[in-house]
Parts: sequence; structure tokens; C-alpha cells
Amino acid sequence: MSSSLAIERDNIRKLFPDTFNQARKSRIKGQIVFFLILIYLIIGFFTLDVVDIPKKWKPQNAAMFVLDTYAHKDHVTMKWENPDDIKIAFEGNYRSVYGRDNLDKSIPEWFYKNSDNIGNVIEFNNEGKAILYKDRVEIVNFPKYERDFTIRLNTNGKPYVVGSEDLAKDDLKGFRITENRVEFRPTLHERVQVYPKKVEIHRYSIGWKYFWFDFSSPLEPYSFFEALGLTFSKERVVPEMSNLKLFLTEIKDNEAFMHGRVWWAMLETIVMAVLGTMFATVMALPLSFLAAYNVTPIKALRFTLRRLFDTLRGIDFLIWSLIFLRAFGPGPFTGIFAIGFTDTGTLGKLYSEAIENTEKKQQEGVQSTGASKFLQHRFGIIPQILPIFVSQSLYYLESNTRGAVIIGAMGAGGIGLQFLGALGTGNDFENVAYMAILVLAVVIFMDRLSAWLRRILIGTDQLIVR
Amino acid sequence: MSKALPANLEQIEVNLKKLTNQRTRSSLLGIAILILVFFSGTLVSLEANAGSFGRGIANFFNYPRDLFIDTFEMGWKYWPRVVKYIPELITTLNIALFSTSIGFVLAVIFAIFSSRNLIRNKRVIQFTKFFMDVTRSFPTLIIAMVFLYLMGKSSLPAVIAITIHTAGALGKLFTEAIENCDGKPIEGLSSVGATWTQKIRFSVLPQVLPLFLSYGILRLEINVRESTILGFVGAGGIGEMLAALIQWNYGADVLACMFLLVGTIIALDYLSAYWRHNLIGVKQ
Repeated sequence: MSSSLAIERDNIRKLFPDTFNQARKSRIKGQIVFFLILIYLIIGFFTLDVVDIPKKWKPQNAAMFVLDTYAHKDHVTMKWENPDDIKIAFEGNYRSVYGRDNLDKSIPEWFYKNSDNIGNVIEFNNEGKAILYKDRVEIVNFPKYERDFTIRLNTNGKPYVVGSEDLAKDDLKGFRITENRVEFRPTLHERVQVYPKKVEIHRYSIGWKYFWFDFSSPLEPYSFFEALGLTFSKERVVPEMSNLKLFLTEIKDNEAFMHGRVWWAMLETIVMAVLGTMFATVMALPLSFLAAYNVTPIKALRFTLRRLFDTLRGIDFLIWSLIFLRAFGPGPFTGIFAIGFTDTGTLGKLYSEAIENTEKKQQEGVQSTGASKFLQHRFGIIPQILPIFVSQSLYYLESNTRGAVIIGAMGAGGIGLQFLGALGTGNDFENVAYMAILVLAVVIFMDRLSAWLRRILIGTDQLIVR
Repeated sequence: MSKALPANLEQIEVNLKKLTNQRTRSSLLGIAILILVFFSGTLVSLEANAGSFGRGIANFFNYPRDLFIDTFEMGWKYWPRVVKYIPELITTLNIALFSTSIGFVLAVIFAIFSSRNLIRNKRVIQFTKFFMDVTRSFPTLIIAMVFLYLMGKSSLPAVIAITIHTAGALGKLFTEAIENCDGKPIEGLSSVGATWTQKIRFSVLPQVLPLFLSYGILRLEINVRESTILGFVGAGGIGEMLAALIQWNYGADVLACMFLLVGTIIALDYLSAYWRHNLIGVKQ
């Protein structure tokens, strides 16, 4: 059976030698291309320092970054010279100190203020404790540690772990001891630092605290829904304004998350994208008619417009935004015109191609009734291309939202610039995460919106090209 | 019969009128919404913009004019400057090409796992589609800035960011291509007992490869722009150079970089149109 098949195959091969040679040729060509790509990838691997990833990638930094995006920390500070004055501050911010009289902020429940011989206890989430005495810090009850530790100052005023000479290196894991500092950090969520002058303890908890109402807000004791419920009650939380107004202004002026500013920036970005796309559509519509051969008989005009489209598109929106940034200063106009100019080129090209691909018969039908040229285009061409126009413009709306974020970061303002600012401070990573999520949500929303509009306007959410 | 006809015609006329009225009303509504969006958007812009609109329009040509004057003053000495920035341009192109290639491969893998005609498990499809949505929706700039912060200045963050975005964006297009491909070759191969990988290799891949390559080339063009932009925030290449030159106010050099960029993008535009024309036989 197999031999007869082989004979048949040979026969076929003899009958159509050209076809088989061609197949082999194209296979070899494919292999050569594959190897060239492979060689390029290897070169790229080295020229772009991809090999350096393990060297550049600092897991500690990344872990801190990620930790800060989903957790917040409280600082407990005790100065050796005045051990009675223990400060507990949110994120170490001197404006957010718990238990300070004027703020009437109660001490958090994980802190126990005791008499001198028992010590002040800080309870961590993993049931480990740090106990502050006047002359020492004790670290007790940490899981995975068999013994407790005591940190004191020696006669020279330098911190040291009591009995550390007798301990094996393995027992001291989690400690980092230098001349002027003893740091204990068993996991990322607990950190005890002892300096010659003070003790500083960081206690991390998961979540975005003060997301709705900031530290000093009168509504802070309430949760979001409790506060929402309060807006219906007649009793005022503060006498100056109604609860509803208070509720809204407190959210808007939140110092930690800056909702008011962030949402305004987001609105700016959306305005850039929407108005930019509208501008491009309005500009491209008449120009594309003039650039289509079945509408415009003048070849020179068509050629000029085509090159104009190419140039507008070729000057990337980066360069446009640089030019407009000089003219308009930071603000949405820069973004609107940068997007508008680039997309006039893109949409003009796509539209004019769509017009050239229209069915001629409709136009001839209108012509047969003796209609003018204008009416021929109005009833012969426009009904055919309108869905394509709508589809293309809406399709670009979504990518322009992303573009507007980028233009914003180049200096035009909006959420891009806010993001850059939050990242630049180096410690507001919860804001970075918040804005990243917001951008993601808005881009996905615009994507869905444009798909939905395409569906109700033209019946399909796929991009129509012709 | 003869009596029924006029009544029928009347009915048709009434229906037609109703329909045209309805259409006019919905178009008017659409136009009204557009105008509303336009005006509220303009209000927001006027409120948020630092400079006024009128002065902006008046100043529009100032910067380009300054650049050109700076360039003309240099005369023939200008051309060596343009050449000087070509290595930077090559870095940018390198970033784009490398990350497009890696992203392309990832996208093919994603697309295979999110195509209804290749994978039976709905969970896998949903998960992959969601994953692609997320990677596609993040602006590359945001990913790149985070990685720049974590890894320090180099081209790597740009490579990572563009690769991630490309994988998502191409993955979606590839999925559509695979789902729209002809099912008969797959059935044919199933009938002779081909394995899953064989089916993909011999029935799906030959159908979609030209389309994939065409999308990939289009992406490459976009990614060259992206990698320039990422250079602006510190990822190297001509973008970083341009940012520095703008800060130092070296007009002629700025224009040189811009020319190089625009020239490259237009050249790529034509090249990609030509390649894609060769690949799938259509211009667009």
C-alpha cells in the first residue's frame, strides 16, 4: 500500500516538476527568513540590554513599590530623650498625627499606652509585638522566631541587639545592623528601626485608608455608606454647611487621593480625545471628498491633498504636541489640536479611499434623474460611506484616549501629567495605582462606548474598512 | 381590488412619513448631542488651558518659524548635524522592531488561546480575552514610566512596555482573524486524525499568516512612534535626544531630529503599505 502511494507520489512529482520546485524554493526562503529573524533577535537581545534584566531588576524596590500601592503605613516615633512623647502619624505625615488634641483623633486600637514598667505595646498584624520602654525596645512573639529580642543603646549611645554576640547568624535573620542603626524587618509589613536618637516603627495594613475622607475630615469616623446615609439626616455634622455639601466637598478636597483634581484631569484628557477626534472628523470630511478621484477631477488638487494627509500623519502627534505646547501652553487645546491634526491625515486618507471604493451605480441612478453634481454626491455617495465614516472615527476615539494620556504627560496636562507627578514624588504609589486603574477604566469604557455606538448606529461593532 | 390600492398607497405614504420623521428626529438628536459635547468640551478646555485660545492661534507659527530661522542661519553646516542623530534613530527603530517581534510571538500564543474555533474551554477564552483587554488598554507610557522608576534609565522599560501593549493589541486582531478563517481545512485535517498542533500548523496558520504579518507590519509603524515617545520620558533613542535638545533650545538640531523622524515615519508608511499590498493583495 505504502509503496504504491510512493510510486504515485513520484509520478505526480514528475508530472508537475515546476510546482514542487517552487514549493521547495519557498520553503527554503521561509527558513532563511526565519533564521535572519532569529539572528536579529539575538542581536537585539544584547544591544537592548535585555540580558541586563536580572541586574537591573531590584526585587526589593519592586516589592516596596507594589506594597505601597495596596497598603498604607503608620509611623510610631519615640525619642530617647523624651520617651513619654510617643507620636503616631499616618504615613509619617506630621499633619496626620493621631491623638493630638486639636484633631480629636483617637489612638489606634493596636497601640496600648501603659505604665512605665509594662511598656507601650504596638501590635502588628501577624501578632508580633514591639514594646517600647524608656530605655529599650523589645520585640516579642513574632511567628517563626523562637526567641524575643531586646534592643538597647550602649554606653556610646549606639543601638545594639542584646546578646547578639551569642546568636547565630540564622537567628538574626530579618535584622540589619549598622553602626548607627538597628533595623528589624521580618516581612515587608513590619519594620522596627532603632537610631541613637529615636525609635521609629512602621506598621503596614492593607487597603487604601482615607480613600473617601482624608485624615482631618470631620466625616472621617464614618464609612462611605454611613456618610452617605448621613446626607439624608437633618442633624448637621458641622454647623456651617449641609451634610450633602459637606459630603461632596470632603470627597472632592481629599488631601490624600485628590479626587477633585484627579477627576478634573481625567475630564481634561477625555475632552482632548473627544474634541480632537471631532475636529479631525470635521476637517477630514470635506478634504477627503476633494482627494477622491471619483469626486474631484483635478489631478493636481488630489495629489496635493494626498501629500498633505501623508505629511499630517507623518508628523507624529508627539511633534504636533510640541509645537502646540509652545503656542497654547499646557492645557487641553494642545492635546485637541495635536490629535486633530494627526488624525485629519489618518482619517482623510481612510475616508478618501472609502469614497473611491463606493459603488458607482447609486450615483448613476441619481444622475439619471437629472440631479446636479452636488445632489449626486449627497444621495449617491454619502449614504454608502456614512457607516464607514462613523465606524472609523469611533474606532480612533479609543486609541486617541490613550494618546491624550500620553500628550498630557508630555506637558499638556490632564491625567498623564498627574500620573507623572505622583510617580515623581517617590512615595505616593497608592495614587499611582489609583490613577493607573482610573486610566485603565476610562480607556476600557471608551472602547466599549465606541463599540456600542457603532452597534446602534451602523449595526456592527467591527471596523468596516470598505 | 381597485379600491384597496389607494388605501394601501395611503398607508405606505403614512408609514413613509412616520419613518422619515423618526429618522429626522434621531439625526437631530444626534446632532444636538454632538453640539452639546462640543460646547461643554470647549468650556472645559477654556477653563483648564493656561494660555488663551486667541493668543495661542496667533503664536502658532512662532516656534516652527524660530526653528527654521535657526536652521537657515547654519547653512551647509547643517547636514552633518542631521547625520549625527542617525545612531539615535537606529536605537529607536531597534526598540520598536525588537519589541514588535517579541510582542508578535506572544500575540500569536494569546490569539490561539482565545479563539473559539481552537479552544473548547470557555474559561480559558474569557481569561485570555480579559488579559489582552487589560494589556491593550494601558497606555505604553504608563507601563514604561513605572518600569523606568523601578529599573533606572535604559531602553529596557520601553521594550517591556511596547511588548506588553503589542501583545494585547495584536492578540485581539489575531483572534478575530483566526475566528473568521475558513473552518473546512480544519475539518479536513480532523477527518484524517490530525492532532491539535498539526491542525493549527497546517490549516489555520497558512490561512492567517499573511494577515498576521500585515497587522504586524502596521504595528511596527505604530511602535516606531511609540518608542520615540517613550524616549521622551527617558527610554533612550531619538526621543530622549529631542527632549534634551528642546530643553537646551537648540533650534536647528530640534528640526534635524524632527526631519529624521518624519522622514522615517513617512518612509515606513509607504514601505508598510507596499509590503502589505504584496502580502494580502489589498492596500488597506
